[in-house]
Amino acid sequence: MKELLILFGLFFKVGIMTFGGGYAMLPMLERELVNKRGYVTMEEIMDYFAVGQCTPGIIAVNTATFIGFKRKGILGGIFATLGVVTPSVIIITLLASVLKLIAGNEIANSAFAGISVAVCALVIQAILKLMKTGVKDALTFGIALGAFLAMFFLNASPIIVIIVSAVIGVIAKRLLDKTSAKKEAK
Amino acid sequence: MTYLLLFWEFFKTGLFAVGGGLATIPFLMDMAEKYPWFTTAELSNMIAVSESTPGPIGINMATYVGFTTAGPIGSLIATTALVLPSLVIIMIIAGFLQKFRENALVKGTFYVLHPAVIGMLFVSLTSMVSPLLINLAGGTLLEIFNLKALALFAVLLFGILKFKKHPIVYIAIGAVVGIIFKF
Repeated sequence: MKELLILFGLFFKVGIMTFGGGYAMLPMLERELVNKRGYVTMEEIMDYFAVGQCTPGIIAVNTATFIGFKRKGILGGIFATLGVVTPSVIIITLLASVLKLIAGNEIANSAFAGISVAVCALVIQAILKLMKTGVKDALTFGIALGAFLAMFFLNASPIIVIIVSAVIGVIAKRLLDKTSAKKEAK
Repeated sequence: MTYLLLFWEFFKTGLFAVGGGLATIPFLMDMAEKYPWFTTAELSNMIAVSESTPGPIGINMATYVGFTTAGPIGSLIATTALVLPSLVIIMIIAGFLQKFRENALVKGTFYVLHPAVIGMLFVSLTSMVSPLLINLAGGTLLEIFNLKALALFAVLLFGILKFKKHPIVYIAIGAVVGIIFKF
């Protein structure tokens, strides 16, 4: 029980100290879990991150689940996950209640209109960053374009887009790998 | 009933959003269109708050959307539902991590899921950008484009790509400019 609470506490700290999640939490994980506690190695953390990006869900949460599970099994996974999530739930709920009070205020509206413009610019930056690693060749470009068109013009739901992309991706990758293997054989 | 729907929608999001917090945005946009819970404009504010507060962005957004939709219980439900699928999936994978990483089927799938997320994020972007920068009710060319917002947008985008400061810096600038120039 004690170690479960320690896991919760550690990841609570990680959750409260990281702005933005994802890779922003790496230095914090390294200090708390690798250097101070020796729970995991940095290589393991990088492995968890890699897999966390490829599995559904929030990367920071997935990493917490991995580490907690590795230390203390299923309960460890649950406690670590609860730890990393709890600060967000508390902070956002409080903040949202306050923001609700000022909604409709003219100055607040102007501020949020300006903020919305900033968010658009930030989302563009995030997309560009993703494109660097995500769009590498004709196949991945085609998938990105196809997903855009399907959602924009056909109003396809995100779930359908993900499933169809996965099916096409697996088949296309197999075919491509086969042809390149044949070329190498020649 | 809203609680159940909220749980269901976020469970689906947790199950299908691959690639972290930002990958949930298209799902949240989808909810804004399907349900009367919140508008896309409100969602934009929620993203801003989520980027400027501690914690993973995806969790912050889920909590905020849940709260807006159904109060404090809503925020708990949305967050729990979002986390639940990956909690189970990760524990299953953890047993055979190496095999999972090297599996060709897994590699092939995820090779194409990230570009799919990128394509969907572009759609989310268009529905966020268009109400801000373009006003189709306007008659002349000058009226169609919201010049104040366009100028701020161009300056911020340049700053973001050039200086790579923390998002909170640009959000603060957006707020100040919005107040001064009465957006």
